[in-house]
Amino acid sequence: MPIFEAVRMALRTIVAQKLKSFFSLIGVLIGVTFLIAVVSIVQGMNVYMEDQFANRLIGLNTFTLRRQPGINTGNVTEETWRSWQRRPRISYADADYVSERLETPAVLARFCSDRMVIGYNGKQAKDIELMGTEPSYFEIKNVEIASGRIFTPQEVRAGVPVVVLGSELGEKLFAGLDPLGKEVTIAGLPYRVIGVAKRRGTLFGLSLDKFAVMPFRAPARRYICPLNILDELQIKTANPTTMLTAMAETEAIMRSRRGLKPGQENNFDLQNASGALDGWKKISKVLFTALPGLVAISLVVGGIVIMNIMLMAVAERTREIGIRKALGAKRRDILSQFVIESATLSTVGAALGIGTGIGLAFLVRALTPLPAAVAPWSIAVGVALGIIVGVVAGVYPATRASKLDPITALRAE
Amino acid sequence: MSDRVIQVEDLVREYQMGAERVMALRGLSLAIRRNEYVAIMGPSGSGKSTLMNLIGCLDTPNGGSYWLNGQEVSRLSDDALARVRNKEIGFVFQTFNLLPRASALHNVELPLVYAGVSGRERKARAERALVRVGLENRMHHKPNELSGGQRQRVAIARALVNEPSLLLADEPTGNLDSTTSEEIMRVFAELHAQGQTIVVVTHEPSIAEHAERVVVLRDGRLDSDTRTSKVAA
Repeated sequence: MPIFEAVRMALRTIVAQKLKSFFSLIGVLIGVTFLIAVVSIVQGMNVYMEDQFANRLIGLNTFTLRRQPGINTGNVTEETWRSWQRRPRISYADADYVSERLETPAVLARFCSDRMVIGYNGKQAKDIELMGTEPSYFEIKNVEIASGRIFTPQEVRAGVPVVVLGSELGEKLFAGLDPLGKEVTIAGLPYRVIGVAKRRGTLFGLSLDKFAVMPFRAPARRYICPLNILDELQIKTANPTTMLTAMAETEAIMRSRRGLKPGQENNFDLQNASGALDGWKKISKVLFTALPGLVAISLVVGGIVIMNIMLMAVAERTREIGIRKALGAKRRDILSQFVIESATLSTVGAALGIGTGIGLAFLVRALTPLPAAVAPWSIAVGVALGIIVGVVAGVYPATRASKLDPITALRAE
Repeated sequence: MSDRVIQVEDLVREYQMGAERVMALRGLSLAIRRNEYVAIMGPSGSGKSTLMNLIGCLDTPNGGSYWLNGQEVSRLSDDALARVRNKEIGFVFQTFNLLPRASALHNVELPLVYAGVSGRERKARAERALVRVGLENRMHHKPNELSGGQRQRVAIARALVNEPSLLLADEPTGNLDSTTSEEIMRVFAELHAQGQTIVVVTHEPSIAEHAERVVVLRDGRLDSDTRTSKVAA
């Protein structure tokens, strides 16, 4: 019998018994839904972590020189943490030393930050990230200015008390007024607002617009960093290749400055966006390793359910099998009829699962910032698994059907 | 020989029923020529169902031989028998044995599906067969939307669609009232007039009356073989 005929027959049976078919499909449906949804969400998570998290927090083609890693996505043991605390900090002199010797063309920004309270006219904004840095910071982090200007290298050298506000901070303190030229207080010291940054949005639901940027030599510096000490030196190059060159160069420069012998560990840290994602990459790898197991369990269960349904179908349709045999169906015809029916059933389940999985991915996309995108390969795998499970589950019932004796089968009620 | 559709010689069929061996046919010989209309009769246990299964190639004998249309079929494999059933035999059953979820047309197409006839020709031939039994207006009805007589006519159309050498009917009117029975027997008579070889297995003398030859079995052997329009007492 042609395959097309058998598939049409199977679909007719499924439609005729909607509820029963649905319950028999649910195992395969869940397995495939799981496959599609998890793959798309984890991949969306990857894109998000790379584009949003790492590139926004650290910057494109950028790395940082710090005492210890600034972003940790994995677990850090107590011991590691203590060893980091024993390292010497990055000083102004370290930054000068690196910037004088680095040969790869790069933009550098000295950088310090801490949470501070900023006030204006009796109003106070708490938990604001106050950053002390250089004009190059705006270029490295791609912070654009909505109104006013950024501070100049001269203002940095002189330590002039000027500040650029994040958009949310500006709205909070000034509520409709133009902040430019107004004086805010940081740790009781007056600062003139010279610019407001464009909106940057949120990351994991946290606002990226509650910040203030001032020259790193400005008077309030002692509240965010000890004297002559930096949190980090940010270094940006033209492309990923030069970034790696510059990283290697910086490592050599710092090792010679710190007098480290070959074999001795670095007592400073260099981190770029992909390094910051090491921990996340491990998590996503674990998810992708566990996924086949979880999908396999639901598919095995789904396959057993389908096998049962098919055994029932063979029992219920014994007479039909007898009629078909009397009319000239060979063993192979009956065998393929039931295997195709089982495969069709299971593939319909897989198709529904693909639909549900895509639906879930879209839901995640709509409700969260994750750009969950359905991977075409996961759909192909879903369909293939549906067919395979159906064929495997159908072979035994179909073999039983094909071996029925026509006379006995015709007598069945 | 070539005008013999059925040639059965010394046919033996025994069954194992628990510890007992039951001899259903004890060496039966019979020949049926092309275009004959034969009724096979006999009390229950006489072996007429066994004979009908053997003639229908649904079963194989323990001994003896069976030529169907010149081909020895008593030693064939399951699949070879299936091919013979498909090509040479058209079954009409007491309980119609139509597929309940399929339309009349689809039911009639079924033997052609297994014969490997392609879609368009299959449909055309099935439609012709349904027209032949007067069901041109009921082609797309499901069996449960048809009367008993109509169902049996669908079954007859299905039996004829592959142009078999033998139409084999097992109590074809057993589930029908007397008026409808007459109607079905008239269809059989017409088919016979058109040259169809027909074997009807029945225990009803009124049905056997329509045949031109009546074969009576008793205890697995031929009891009588009468060539008349009246049944011998």
